[in-house]
Amino acid sequence: MKVLLAMSGGVDSSVAALILRNQGHDVVGVTMRLWGGESDTGCCSVSDVDDARRVAQQLDIDHLVFNFSEEFHRHVVDPYVVAHAEGTTPNPCVECNRHLKFDKLFVRGRELGFDAVATGHHAQIVDHNGSLRLGRGHDAAKDQSYVVHMLSEEELGYVMFPVGTMQKPELREMALSVGLRTATKPDSQDVCFIGSKVGRAGFLEPRIEFNAATVVDGAGVEIGQVPAVELVTLGQRRGLGLGGGDKRYVVAVDVPRRRIVVGDESGLFVDSTEVKKLSWPYANDHQLLDGATVLVQGSAHGARSSGRIIMSGDTCRIEWDRAQRRIAPGQTVVFYDETDAVVLGGGIVSA
Amino acid sequence: MNSVPLHNREYVYLDHAATSPVRVEVRSAMEPYGDVMYANPSGSHRFAREARRVIDEARDQVASVIGCAPGEVIFTSGGTEGDNSAVLGSVRRHGGRAVCTATEHHAVLHCVEHTNGVVVDVTSEGPLSPDHLRSVLTPLDDISVVSVMAVNNETGAINDIEHISRAVRRQAPNAVLHTDAVQAACWIDLRTLWPHVDVLTLSAHKFGGPKGVGVMVVRDGITLEPLIFGGGQERDRRSGTHNVAGIVGTTVALGLTDENRCAEVKRVGALRDDLLKRLTQAIPSAVASISSSVGVAGIAHLCIVGLESESLLYLLDESRVCVSAASACASGAMEPSHVLAAMGFERDRIRGSLRFSFGHTTTQSDIDLAVTATIAAAARLGAVVNT
Repeated sequence: MKVLLAMSGGVDSSVAALILRNQGHDVVGVTMRLWGGESDTGCCSVSDVDDARRVAQQLDIDHLVFNFSEEFHRHVVDPYVVAHAEGTTPNPCVECNRHLKFDKLFVRGRELGFDAVATGHHAQIVDHNGSLRLGRGHDAAKDQSYVVHMLSEEELGYVMFPVGTMQKPELREMALSVGLRTATKPDSQDVCFIGSKVGRAGFLEPRIEFNAATVVDGAGVEIGQVPAVELVTLGQRRGLGLGGGDKRYVVAVDVPRRRIVVGDESGLFVDSTEVKKLSWPYANDHQLLDGATVLVQGSAHGARSSGRIIMSGDTCRIEWDRAQRRIAPGQTVVFYDETDAVVLGGGIVSA
Repeated sequence: MNSVPLHNREYVYLDHAATSPVRVEVRSAMEPYGDVMYANPSGSHRFAREARRVIDEARDQVASVIGCAPGEVIFTSGGTEGDNSAVLGSVRRHGGRAVCTATEHHAVLHCVEHTNGVVVDVTSEGPLSPDHLRSVLTPLDDISVVSVMAVNNETGAINDIEHISRAVRRQAPNAVLHTDAVQAACWIDLRTLWPHVDVLTLSAHKFGGPKGVGVMVVRDGITLEPLIFGGGQERDRRSGTHNVAGIVGTTVALGLTDENRCAEVKRVGALRDDLLKRLTQAIPSAVASISSSVGVAGIAHLCIVGLESESLLYLLDESRVCVSAASACASGAMEPSHVLAAMGFERDRIRGSLRFSFGHTTTQSDIDLAVTATIAAAARLGAVVNT
């Protein structure tokens, strides 16, 4: 098959290239140029492009660079900035997958005549009662089904995850055995468009107005001030200038009123969570899911908790089996089946 | 690794504005200087003197093609060095500010921006209006250098250097006038440009010479601060051991270019007109970026509105047709063209830009294959095409 492989310059997509080539596919590697600004982390610096290209050269496959920086700004960076101004906590990696890899790159792949688009994600495409489903990656610690949960059955028919069936150590071993230059390269960690020296605050400062806020306790008594309410996240414990003493957490962020409420950990626990912007990759499922118990994952490598889905138009509520720590509005939740093996859908926390 | 044989007729190479294949005569003229004639021309022994003589003769020949004095010719590492030297060398020596057009090559534009200079906009037709330049210069009194390219490297638009020179001489009589003539050498007699400017830069690989060699011509009496210090070669204007083989190749290539220019302009201009006519007729959404009457023979630039250059380039490459869109950034990604943006083109149009550029190896059969492949690619990407 003719396969267009997204190559970030990391070890996962490097090994994906190796596997696809060894399987006899006609592979073209592509690195997406997403961020034109300065950044020293993540997966789109010039040196990462160099790594991707050198790996492609070593494997004797073609390598291209596509400039998707305009789309990246529109679908990832701008919404990230707006979300902070609104006091929510966005997940830019999910949006990048949704709009860049699994929209823009898919469209490109199809129009250029590729039979499939592949990536180095740790996720698997599984047969679930005769239909394609997104399953967790074989390496539980590296599983990325959370960030690619939005893939529909039709899209799963066009995508390939060559390393999804591998354990990470096995994958690095494979890279080392053929001498890929990315074999020992560390995994990317942070938001790719924010350099580690600049940090989130430094990135946001020229882009949004920071507003000072009052920190109050559960009784509404002012106990401190923070310089930027936009940088405060639900559940946060440090950086509030409250000094030592009892463990106090941010239990509410009220951007319009510039107020942050702190309290003890119990104030963070909720019985239900509202979810909007739902994606149901398997169109017929969500009617069946109303009232069903599912496993819910609230962060990239977070634990799952069980709860019941109560549908309400184009939003839903999760009624937790056991009270859960609140998930910050703006974060993505992904629903898995009761065996925690396949993705059912996902959405963004609204409250 | 596989290498692509560019002279292999299975490939259609229409990217001469990026680089033009080295002429066979150039290759054979250079060969001894990469081999037995290895001496450094700055030495004093007989081998060095022989190399020195080669450089001196090369300088005479280059001067005769430009119409300047041999002492005004400086050999450099290429177009970028010449452009940088002209702008930065003027500002560093004379103070004041640099002025250039918004469509300059980045080798000029980034120098002007770096020194907080003034960038002048152009007409939507491509060239700079001399009257507009005059009005921009009028309120400014501290201009040390004005840099206006003779021919734009993306669109092929020709600037009227003679009238631009008059505007500069009147409004900024003390300014150094530089022209980046890198894209002009193949298509415009350099003797018609040189009388109007103080500094002129060329790049050898654009006219069938080797990469890494260029020529900067600096009028007698004009002083620029050197960019490179060292052994004092090129009369202290540009240090560094002479690239003897490169200089020989440059000279042979420039001589051949000059000799054949008249005939080539006619021959290649007809090929360009043919390609543009056939593509714009077959693809209604394809629009030529400039009128052929204001462009050089060697460049056909057009935009296919609604399509993306990256996809077009991929499909053309797959059909073994080598062309380009805009300039690439450090990562190798195509950057949206600053030239088309300066001409006021809409975003949608800029995204679909394509540059076909021609030269000494281009034939009618290249044009035919490129036209067929481009129409097929556009159709594949969803453009309406007439069959």
